[in-house]
Amino acid sequence: MALPAPVLTMSGIGKQFPGVKALDGVDLRLLPGEVHALMGENGAGKSTLIKVLTGVYPADAGTIELDGRAVAFGTPLEAQQGGISTVYQEVNLCTNLSVAENVCIGREPRRRGRIDWKRMRARAAELLSRLELSLDVSAPLSSYSLAIQQMVAIARAIDIDARVLILDEPTSSLDADEVEQLFRVMRRLKEEGIAILFVSHFLDQIYEISDRMTILRNGRLVGEFLTRELPQVELVAKMIGQELAALERLHGEAKVFDRPLVEARGLGRQGAIEPFTLTIHEGEVVGLAGLLGSGRTEIARLLFGADHAGAGELAIGGTPASLRTPRTAMTHRIAFCSENRKTDGLIPDLTVRENIILALQATRGWTRPVPREQQDELVGRYVKALKINPPNPELLVGNLSGGNQQKVVLARWLILEPRLLILDEPTRGIDVGAKTEIQRLVVELSDGGMAVLFISAELEEVLRLSHKVGVLRDRRLVAELPNDDRLTTDVLLETIASGGASNGAAGNGAASGADDVMANGGRDS
Amino acid sequence: MTTMTLGRTGVPTKYLPVLVTGCLLVAMFVVGGIRYEGFASGQVILNVFIDNAFLLVVAVGMTFVILTGGIDLSVGSVVALSTMISASLMAGPGWPPYLVIPLVLVIGSGLGLVMGYIVHAFDIQPFVVTLAGMFLARGLCYTIGTDSIPIEDPTFTAFAQDRIDLFADLWISPSVLIAALVVLGAVYVLHYTRLGRSIYATGGSEQSALLMGLPVGRTKITVYTISGFCSALGGVLLSFYMLSGYGLHAVGMELDAIAAVVIGGTLLTGGSGFLLGTVLGVLVLGLIQTIISFEGTLSSWWTKIFIGLLLFVFILLQRVFSARSRR
Amino acid sequence: MRRLLWPAVVLALLLLVNVFTPNFFSIQVRDGHLYGTLIDILRFGAPLILVSLGMTLVIATGGIDLSVGSVVAISGALACLQISEDAGVFTAVVLALGLSLLLGAWNGFLVAGIGIQPIIATLILMVAGRGLAQLITDGQIITINSPAYKVIGGGYWLTLPFGILIVIGVLAITAFLTRQLALGMLIESVGGNAEASRLAGIRARGIIIMVYAFAALCAGVAGLMISSNVSSADGNNAGLWIELDAILAVVIGGTALSGGRFSLGGTVLGALIIQTLTTTIYSIGVPPETTLLFKALVVTAVCLIQSPSFRAKAFRRRRRAVLPGAASEERVRVTT
Repeated sequence: MALPAPVLTMSGIGKQFPGVKALDGVDLRLLPGEVHALMGENGAGKSTLIKVLTGVYPADAGTIELDGRAVAFGTPLEAQQGGISTVYQEVNLCTNLSVAENVCIGREPRRRGRIDWKRMRARAAELLSRLELSLDVSAPLSSYSLAIQQMVAIARAIDIDARVLILDEPTSSLDADEVEQLFRVMRRLKEEGIAILFVSHFLDQIYEISDRMTILRNGRLVGEFLTRELPQVELVAKMIGQELAALERLHGEAKVFDRPLVEARGLGRQGAIEPFTLTIHEGEVVGLAGLLGSGRTEIARLLFGADHAGAGELAIGGTPASLRTPRTAMTHRIAFCSENRKTDGLIPDLTVRENIILALQATRGWTRPVPREQQDELVGRYVKALKINPPNPELLVGNLSGGNQQKVVLARWLILEPRLLILDEPTRGIDVGAKTEIQRLVVELSDGGMAVLFISAELEEVLRLSHKVGVLRDRRLVAELPNDDRLTTDVLLETIASGGASNGAAGNGAASGADDVMANGGRDS
Repeated sequence: MTTMTLGRTGVPTKYLPVLVTGCLLVAMFVVGGIRYEGFASGQVILNVFIDNAFLLVVAVGMTFVILTGGIDLSVGSVVALSTMISASLMAGPGWPPYLVIPLVLVIGSGLGLVMGYIVHAFDIQPFVVTLAGMFLARGLCYTIGTDSIPIEDPTFTAFAQDRIDLFADLWISPSVLIAALVVLGAVYVLHYTRLGRSIYATGGSEQSALLMGLPVGRTKITVYTISGFCSALGGVLLSFYMLSGYGLHAVGMELDAIAAVVIGGTLLTGGSGFLLGTVLGVLVLGLIQTIISFEGTLSSWWTKIFIGLLLFVFILLQRVFSARSRR
Repeated sequence: MRRLLWPAVVLALLLLVNVFTPNFFSIQVRDGHLYGTLIDILRFGAPLILVSLGMTLVIATGGIDLSVGSVVAISGALACLQISEDAGVFTAVVLALGLSLLLGAWNGFLVAGIGIQPIIATLILMVAGRGLAQLITDGQIITINSPAYKVIGGGYWLTLPFGILIVIGVLAITAFLTRQLALGMLIESVGGNAEASRLAGIRARGIIIMVYAFAALCAGVAGLMISSNVSSADGNNAGLWIELDAILAVVIGGTALSGGRFSLGGTVLGALIIQTLTTTIYSIGVPPETTLLFKALVVTAVCLIQSPSFRAKAFRRRRRAVLPGAASEERVRVTT
């Protein structure tokens, strides 16, 4: 069967940011009437590619052709007018306005300069009916669920005679029914000949809806594949970039873990992570593996009290505990280095020293300052131990490089001598040297009896450090695998790809506690 | 889903704050009517309009600004500046009113335009920019003169003393008519023009409005210009009412205007509210004064305390509403 | 310390303007009291410095307090009322400051407890507080004759005006609480990044309530000073617009309105600049009415200098010539 001519062809796209090559020779083509998935892990270059396409960034190299004509959009608005519409994960609409206005605003039908509300409502209703939606278009958008708002965003997008519709993680906050509804709409648009570029972290969804996919890794093109011809395992391997080099296991002889520190039973939070059961022992490094958005961070946040658990129980050192705030978790000597150090970790206005002693000071309250000598001693010790560079504690932390910032956050928590240290992507975006140092540190800490929950997108790293690995997929803890000789990255890949269903032999089976407590209700009234 | 049932009729939630203000107004009027003789007359309501026509006009401008999520602290000073300019130009060089009034309106709008431009172009908080505008306008008043300048121009005195008779002994002043026209014009702009809808969109989510391709910057500059215009017009109406120009006129009027807008159910964070609410808000403020003057024993400062209390209640209500709608 | 450079330069320039004013810089000792224009600047600037100190901490948490002017009026009114009803000066002062603390805690509760935007939450007390002050004074200007109370604003001790001593005392206490104890760091942390602070285990609610209470307490002391200076309480005009001057002083002093790092020294300089501006305008014979014009100019200039987008626009041409990628570099940093 001959392929129709592509609507959009991007070829040899390159984009350089200071210090990083975000995109390097990436090709992408979109065929009319197809759903095309754009796949890749964090930092693979997906969002940069979309931003180049929609005119947010100019490309440094390469060409973009729309219907055979070379184009270069300067702003998202120009891209829209050119027929490329984008719907983002965050619904970028005005929820205070009515549905009809959100569909039509900026190009409202007017009569003698005056907005013709009647015609506007009719047009909005007609557009929505194209998506098989019948809504009260004069109601404010805020009275509808996120899923509906997403559809309204799509309705707005296709109103502009869209040839290409980009859906950037539209499903990450939708429940199963809502996703189904979205897919119906996507299929319908597909039939109308619109090319859809779809980004999602949910493999099931990719396989259900997409016809073709382009995979990126580290800013480079891995390849374009027909979805039905690419097994899930291979997809995950291509995304993660499995290295065949022999893995050096950092841990020495096998340890026996018999003193449970943190036991979560059926712990869960609606819309974030389905109830899971997980035990972390003293001195044990528990790795969490899974793709971005699979619920890794959500588990960490529940165990630190950063979010409220909606269901389940938690015991710390054998006694039941309820972590209502991070502060409570800290009194149980749990520490948490968050994934996003810029927004959730550092106080850029404060110095390295102040950032390091912040948590210690918080536990003491403002009336009992940490004496300056003790501060200098502690900070000096950790600056040296972690090789924080430049070794000047009075520097504003905002001036440090990413790796050193990460070490500052680490130092903040190490000072508290926690019993459980939760590390969420501690090695992301930092250079190789700092990475190895942090990995070694984890081993030393666990040898000293500290429990570590280690989250990373890199399977090798997880495998290297952990005593056991929890595998997550689509917001579910699907398997808990002891890290013995049989566990390889292949097995992990297999488990992530298959969702642990066929993998009972390799591990202890699915670890999710209460079976499939469906997230229901929760829509607003 | 989108309506809350009140009695038998469904009222969309977006009208609820205005409805609450309306009920409050009716309740105040009824209570006043029962307590005080001569209170329950149409002229009492009309007097509230007559005494607050300038505030109504200023509050209309403030509504535009607040709907975009901004704030304008300069309105009171611009009102005073307008009275001062008109009075001094007519008293000194003896300019005719048909030159003075347009000039004043242009100056007010110009001040607003500049403030709006600074807010938009340099990304400085509106609070600070309009604070500087407030200092500037007051300072200009005092440079023109520190004393009250009487206005004796026949056109102004005619506007001040004219009565427009309605039916059955009821009357309004020309200022009320002007204020009513401003209100109608503003309602039209807010609900039937693209500018109006952009204002709501900007207040709802500036980020989204930008991504939807709306002229956010132009909208912001326009609302401050409108507010400046309304303040200047309010100043003209105040000089009809006071027949003088004075640097100490309208001290604290920005607070009254903000209070009227908030009590009228407009969210201070922007994006939600109606002009009708602002009208009701001004009426509530005026009626509080009327009640206190009818009461006799209650002193004038109770007005401020009541306004503060009402502000508290309405802000709390807003908080509850927005918390609920976010769920 | 570089942050204090610009305010210090401005203050020095303002003082320089007065070189030709006779006796401006002369300080004399009369009857064991210090006299002179410079002393007057300090003395009359004392209430503003106090209010600004409290405002600094509030702004550092990312908030703002519009109600301080009303609290100034309330505090002065209550103290004068008590004294006029023959209560002791001590009781009067304690009652007034106690009420101020309570009002501040109320502001803090609205902001941290209920989660109302600071500017709106304090607007309530700004409006109602004026009424409250007039309620206390019954709409009159309460005049009192109490030599003991007069000391607070007009007295001398060890040749120095008592007001200046109070300022020094409050400044010392504030500096102690924030810089010797850990309050300052926690405030800067909350104002700098609220979510990161929460995750570091800081209980922001208590800190925010405390900071608003402190701001109101400072305003209360300033209210006592102002009313004592004139031996009367005016519910309507005492402390009118002082909140705006205080915010201005804080901003001039280099503390960003968005919160985070604050500088007590900068705030004191900022308040002194405002007071010197007023005094200078009197002394060089410019009509005092133009003070507001100068203030408007100063506010605009300071805010423009502090605005990143103004700097970007003003220096764009130069920067482009030097470093073509600078603008895009900044954008990347924001989006990544």
